[in-house]
Amino acid sequence: MSFRTDRQRAVGLGAAKSGPEHHWHMITTSIALLILIPLFVLSFGNALGGTYEEVLATYSRPYPSIIAGLTLVVGLIHFKNGAQVLIEDYVGGIKRKFTIIAVNMLSYTLIAAGLFGLVKLAL
Amino acid sequence: MADVNRGNRPLSPFMIGTYYRPQMTSMSSILVRITGNALIVATVMIVWWLVAAAVSPECFASADAFLRSWFGDLVFFLSTWALWYHLGGGLRHLAWDFGYCLNVETSEKLGWAMLIGATVLTFLTMIVT
Repeated sequence: MSFRTDRQRAVGLGAAKSGPEHHWHMITTSIALLILIPLFVLSFGNALGGTYEEVLATYSRPYPSIIAGLTLVVGLIHFKNGAQVLIEDYVGGIKRKFTIIAVNMLSYTLIAAGLFGLVKLAL
Repeated sequence: MADVNRGNRPLSPFMIGTYYRPQMTSMSSILVRITGNALIVATVMIVWWLVAAAVSPECFASADAFLRSWFGDLVFFLSTWALWYHLGGGLRHLAWDFGYCLNVETSEKLGWAMLIGATVLTFLTMIVT
């Protein structure tokens, strides 16, 4: 027999399992991306199609490099949290946990790899 | 005695299937989810391209050839549309979050605006870049 009250067992176990910070995080990253995405589309869109030397020259300048870095970091965190909601809606049980972990690994790996590329190109 | 019926509660049917007819609100919503998650494909390609450029000219040549092949072009064309559509969906969701445009009629109009806006912006992007 459990001595915990029904209320205590229910705390933190709403449909989302946690408070509204997850959704708030989606709001803040989405507002950042409203600014970053148009800038990234223009700068990356113009860089793609150039020769190796042109691409090197573009990404050794601060503006394209910083925009790309910010877009990758904020975009992939936004993806990580968004994909988690998708997984929670359609996948259950232990599969849900492993899929969410896999999405986290993919997101952070892409952030690290993208930043490595950008830093090495800039130096 | 809590949770007598744990795990055995009735669920409302999934929005896609035989239970509901397709509606602008549900279809524009699921398309926001599909486009957002599909953008991971273009992201992987962009990161690969950046890392390849940082590694060596030979690495860059193979990544660049893939990104600029007909397949890469197709992925980027679809991803551009997905990106603008998802951005429009995000704007609509932000409006909803702050309490605006919550009635069905406005939401449906905004769904059309997202579809048309994404298409216009995709062709503008193709022209500009």
